[in-house]
Amino acid sequence: MSEVERGDKTQMNAAYTLGPLQAGPPCCDPEPLIRVDNLSLHYGKKPALENVSLDVYKGCITALIGPSGCGKTSFLSVLNRMTDMIPDCRVSGNVHFDGRDLRHPALDVQGLRRDIGMIFQKPVPFPLSIRRNIELPLREHGMSKQADLNEVMQQVLQDVGLWDEVKDRLEFSALALSGGQQQRLCIARALALKPKVLLMDEPCSALDPISSGVVEDLVQRLRGKYTVVIVTHNLAQARRIANYAGFFWIKDQRAGCLIEFGQCKQIFEAPAHELTAAYINGNRG
Amino acid sequence: MSLSRADRQLAVLLRGCALLAAALVLLILLFLLKESWPVLQHIALIRFVTDASWHPVEGLYKLTPMLSATCYSTLGAVLLATPLGIASALFSRYYAPSLLAGCYRRLIELLAGIPSVVCGFWGLTTLAPLIGHLHPPGVSLLTGILVLTLMILPTVALTADSALAAVPAAYLRGAAALGLSRWGLIIGITLPAARSGITAGVMLAAGRAIGETMAMLMVAGNVVQQPHSLFDSVRTLTANIALEMAYATGDHRAALFVSGLALMFTVLLLVGTAELISRKRRYV
Amino acid sequence: MFKNALATMLIWLTAMMVSGVFVWLLSDILIPGLTHLSWAFLAEAPTNAGRSGGIGPIIISTLLILLVAMLTATPLSLATAVLLSEFTQHDSVVGRLVRGSLDVLAGVPSIVFGLFGNAFFCIYLGLGFSILSGGLTLACMVLPILIRTAEQGLQSAPNDYRLAAAALGMSRSATLVHLLLPSAAPALIAGLMLGIGRAVAETAALAFTSGYVDRMPDSLFDSGRALSVHIYDLSMNVAGGDTNAYSSALVLILLLLIINSVAMSLAKQWLHGSVVAYE
Repeated sequence: MSEVERGDKTQMNAAYTLGPLQAGPPCCDPEPLIRVDNLSLHYGKKPALENVSLDVYKGCITALIGPSGCGKTSFLSVLNRMTDMIPDCRVSGNVHFDGRDLRHPALDVQGLRRDIGMIFQKPVPFPLSIRRNIELPLREHGMSKQADLNEVMQQVLQDVGLWDEVKDRLEFSALALSGGQQQRLCIARALALKPKVLLMDEPCSALDPISSGVVEDLVQRLRGKYTVVIVTHNLAQARRIANYAGFFWIKDQRAGCLIEFGQCKQIFEAPAHELTAAYINGNRG
Repeated sequence: MSLSRADRQLAVLLRGCALLAAALVLLILLFLLKESWPVLQHIALIRFVTDASWHPVEGLYKLTPMLSATCYSTLGAVLLATPLGIASALFSRYYAPSLLAGCYRRLIELLAGIPSVVCGFWGLTTLAPLIGHLHPPGVSLLTGILVLTLMILPTVALTADSALAAVPAAYLRGAAALGLSRWGLIIGITLPAARSGITAGVMLAAGRAIGETMAMLMVAGNVVQQPHSLFDSVRTLTANIALEMAYATGDHRAALFVSGLALMFTVLLLVGTAELISRKRRYV
Repeated sequence: MFKNALATMLIWLTAMMVSGVFVWLLSDILIPGLTHLSWAFLAEAPTNAGRSGGIGPIIISTLLILLVAMLTATPLSLATAVLLSEFTQHDSVVGRLVRGSLDVLAGVPSIVFGLFGNAFFCIYLGLGFSILSGGLTLACMVLPILIRTAEQGLQSAPNDYRLAAAALGMSRSATLVHLLLPSAAPALIAGLMLGIGRAVAETAALAFTSGYVDRMPDSLFDSGRALSVHIYDLSMNVAGGDTNAYSSALVLILLLLIINSVAMSLAKQWLHGSVVAYE
């Protein structure tokens, strides 16, 4: 069954049923890969996040759900130090990745971003050929032999299911690809660096339903090999693919905060907090 | 900022280059002052206006005829170029069909690109003889004003054009809905809304006119005299510097540098005011 | 109703008058200029104070002065533009200082640059009347134009690229070289074009820095006469020099046209080579 057909089928299933919830995670690691402890974030004087604590487990898909403006994207930006690029942004609290203090000023941020990759809401392929899109970051991180580059490129394009679609037009512009293909290219580009974690900020929301299904399908297949933290507005999607879920809300009309975090089954079927229940059932947000 | 080591080194290099570029202005000011100093030391500034005449050999430094020439020529050119330039901008934006408008705009841009020496040369060989028929000599204040107008018209036209483009389309729709005629719309709504941009453009053009050397050198006559009519030959401040630099020494040379400083400050004042006006973009 | 019609008529009249004068000017230069233009004219040296002969050495001097000016100004302006666009906040002290002083530099009249060039390059640095002095003075003059257009070009590159490249762990310099500069290339070339155009048209500043000597320059330290200075000299100081002045003016205008078109085609080529254009 081709990628597109399988994607179609998943999408069709999703349209008529909610799909089976993922039973227990294939995680055997009791230690979390990322520990966030009391994280707060301010843009100038405005608080964006207040006292968020959660754990991200290795090999699992962790979904961050909640309405817009609750600080989910800001939270994601802290994890790969993209907040460094925002002027006037203050972060406090502890974040530990693989035992290391992620917020230490002397940390090699370029290396960190190789281990923690990010996929944006709007696909951002570079205005270069498909081949150059993947080779450029690899070359920057030290890989120089063309044979190695070709091997990695083929591998990641196969992983995202793009290889058959683009293998004859690798020298053509990446901008000529469709939205869904562009997003898969961005994922392939990030995968080429062999990251441990992939941060995804609503990767499907800018795509049409068919492409959305294909990308979602890809995200599911990343489970186990990679750790994924995905921000999504689509509750059904979170229910379909996530192992863990964190529910964000705005506290007192000001800063975003984490209301509840836990295993996906528990959050969706037996939420502890009434706000979570209200949101899940569509009564709020 | 999480810059890598290579990035930090690059930032240091770039900062050095930028500061070098920024320091150039200071360097220019410094050297102008250095060269002016000998004459500023023992000649009071007021003498540049009150001395009997401009005879540096005899220690007389009256710059007034040159100052008048610069003022009158700039004034004349601005008075002529402003309506012509604004009309050109209105033409290409509201009156001409789009193909013609594009051609006309291109023509203005080409006009802007004609070197001042070529404009001066044309003035000398074509305009001056024509004016000479009217009233000898041909090289006069009038010729200077006409050539200057030709040179600064593109500045006024192009800045007016972008000022007009910045007027919100909502104004135009509202006015059209009220049944205003095209001219009524322009005089009542568009021009007032674009006022600050156009004024800034006129000031820039004036700055250019004041600083213009070659054209005035070639067509204005270069006689040091207070102009009493449009047909008198005059020498502007810029032409004065250009003519006498070749052989000036000592105090004479320093006096020329003083006039250069005066020019610099005047133009800077105009350009600075133009900047301020265009930044405080007000809508009527 | 009457006012509307009158205004329309006056505006059309203005446009026709301005176009008319423009055509008049061009034809007044082109027609006499063309009659004396020839390959010999372009190659020979001027004789008899320029009344006869050609402008060969003058063209060479002009090109050399241009070369010195652009080779000096381009790296400096690119570096400054990169700093202003990528490494400083918009309202930082360094940014405001640099931009402010460049705005001032842009307003300085060309004769004042001539005075400065003479005092600094010719006398203080001891370069005398030379192509080097002229070129360096011109470099100071075109710096603000180059920096302004380069900065605009860099700012117009989509910010998404910077974020995506950072998320991939790419350094600022790599992002600059592979993504931002190619994206800004058309603006950079356009700026270069504007700068060259201004430099070639410059007369007053060159008269006092690169000198009047009209023979072939031996080196960059030798004095050389630029084309614009030659036109001035022939028309004002040499009786009967008008014929050659017309041809020289024509050559100057043609040179400007050539520079314009070469730069445009360079921009197109560059775009197709390294960066594939937007669909």
